[in-house]
Amino acid sequence: MSALLHVENISKRFGGFVALDGINLEVRQGERLGLIGPNGSGKSTLVNCICGALQNEDGQVHFDGAPMNGLAAHERTHRGLARSFQLPRPFHSLNLADNIRVPMLYTVHKRTGPLHADSVDARCVELLSLVGLDRKARQMPRDLTQVEMRKLELARAVAAEPKLLIADESMAGLSHSEIEDILALLMRLNERGITIILIEHIMSAVMKFSQRLAVLVSGKKIADGKPEDVIKDREVVGAYLGQ
Amino acid sequence: MNTLQFSIVSIVIGAAVWLCGHLLGVGYVFFAGYTILQFIVLASAWNILGGYCGYVNFGSAAFFALGAYTTVFFYKFNPLPIPLLIVIAAVVCGIVGFGMGYLTLRLRGAFFAIATLAMAVVLQTLVVNWDYVGGSRGAYIVRAENIQIGGFAIDYIEYLFLLMTALAIIAVGTSRLIARTQLGFGFATIRDDELAAEASGVPTLRLKLIATTVSGALMGMAGAPFPYYIGYLQPASAFGLEYGVNSIAMPIIGGTTNWVGPLIGAILLGSLQQLATVTISSAVNLLIVGLLLVFFVVLAPNGLVGLVQDRLNAWRKK
Repeated sequence: MSALLHVENISKRFGGFVALDGINLEVRQGERLGLIGPNGSGKSTLVNCICGALQNEDGQVHFDGAPMNGLAAHERTHRGLARSFQLPRPFHSLNLADNIRVPMLYTVHKRTGPLHADSVDARCVELLSLVGLDRKARQMPRDLTQVEMRKLELARAVAAEPKLLIADESMAGLSHSEIEDILALLMRLNERGITIILIEHIMSAVMKFSQRLAVLVSGKKIADGKPEDVIKDREVVGAYLGQ
Repeated sequence: MNTLQFSIVSIVIGAAVWLCGHLLGVGYVFFAGYTILQFIVLASAWNILGGYCGYVNFGSAAFFALGAYTTVFFYKFNPLPIPLLIVIAAVVCGIVGFGMGYLTLRLRGAFFAIATLAMAVVLQTLVVNWDYVGGSRGAYIVRAENIQIGGFAIDYIEYLFLLMTALAIIAVGTSRLIARTQLGFGFATIRDDELAAEASGVPTLRLKLIATTVSGALMGMAGAPFPYYIGYLQPASAFGLEYGVNSIAMPIIGGTTNWVGPLIGAILLGSLQQLATVTISSAVNLLIVGLLLVFFVVLAPNGLVGLVQDRLNAWRKK
């Protein structure tokens, strides 16, 4: 498997606070990577730097063989990088189908040329069915439950037909069965060929999902490898449970 | 209703209003109608940036005045037909709108609003100190009694009314077209959540620049015939609070998330103001705006259109 995402020595500071300190990370095509770390370890900052919401000060992000530095977030989405947010951020004034329609109009359309309205409608229904929200296509996001909101978030990210999906704490605050629901959904997406980075605190879900696990602590990567080896790593155990 | 049908219906309504005024033989219908139509243009133009994108622009009066002073400039330099002046004003104000957008669109919320207000103050100061266009003294525009069109002599105020009708159709048509296209979706995502919009592939900065340019151009178009309407233009009237406040109040009262809201708001508020002008006093205008604005912000934040939609949804759920 070739490297789809290559993060090379990236750093990010907020004033005097070093949020990321020379992070190196590689994600291979089709891989399921778990990214964990305590609160404030820099996981979301790393995602923001990869996706273009923040610009890293040092280092390089390469995606699909091309450098990403300097590209705006929407340009990175056009190239196949998609994300879901830690706190769902639906478009409140648009119904569910139209929420899904936006990435198709602005990303898929950009990649493939004009899309026929019927095919966009059909794809909206297909994606909403994938996450079990097809019967609520005409409803507004305010009518959704927490788990449905997270599913909508994932469906909207997938609507951009990404090569890499970064799911930022998609299971936070959900019940056990809801976590299983989201996990199954992520597995299905991966089976469709989408490479996935899962950022999560729920270790059972991370262990079940990940083929590889990377750990961030205080802006540094302290471990990267097979999940069963990483969780036994002394530094990782120390970071989570204290030395 | 498709765009062609919409255009035909709009033209028929405009022609009917003109014919009624003409048959009644009351000149004031055209004076009052012109003002209401002018506010339809301003409200629809403001709504493209303020309503669709959620960027509140307090500088509407500046664009309107810039359009008006473009006319004054050419009146002194080399008088041109008003339709041509409207096009020139659209280009000038579109460029200024683009520039304003480029400089200010990294600001959000109150900071953006203050920046647009500051731009209006800067432009007013420039005009006050620009002697060629009259400076603080103002400038007189002498208009003809009537104009010959296709062998017919049309009263000049009726001609201005017809021009403003055409501009109102263009402004409402543009606003409606935007709302129904990909651009409208993009604008809505900017209003709802810019970060999520970028993550969905929406080029937010480019779209905001389109919004400031189109909105500025339309406001400038509304201002271009104004010197001929008023006859004497001074900075205080062109940059008046009335234009800035009404441009915001009308869409808010009608509803900001679609093209119908500003149209309804402008007709309602514009007519009320005209009624107050002839029955009470023109000074009551802003009082009416203020009271209605407070009422709608508190009791119907989504405007009249939102109020009706909410009621319909509640009724359907029963």
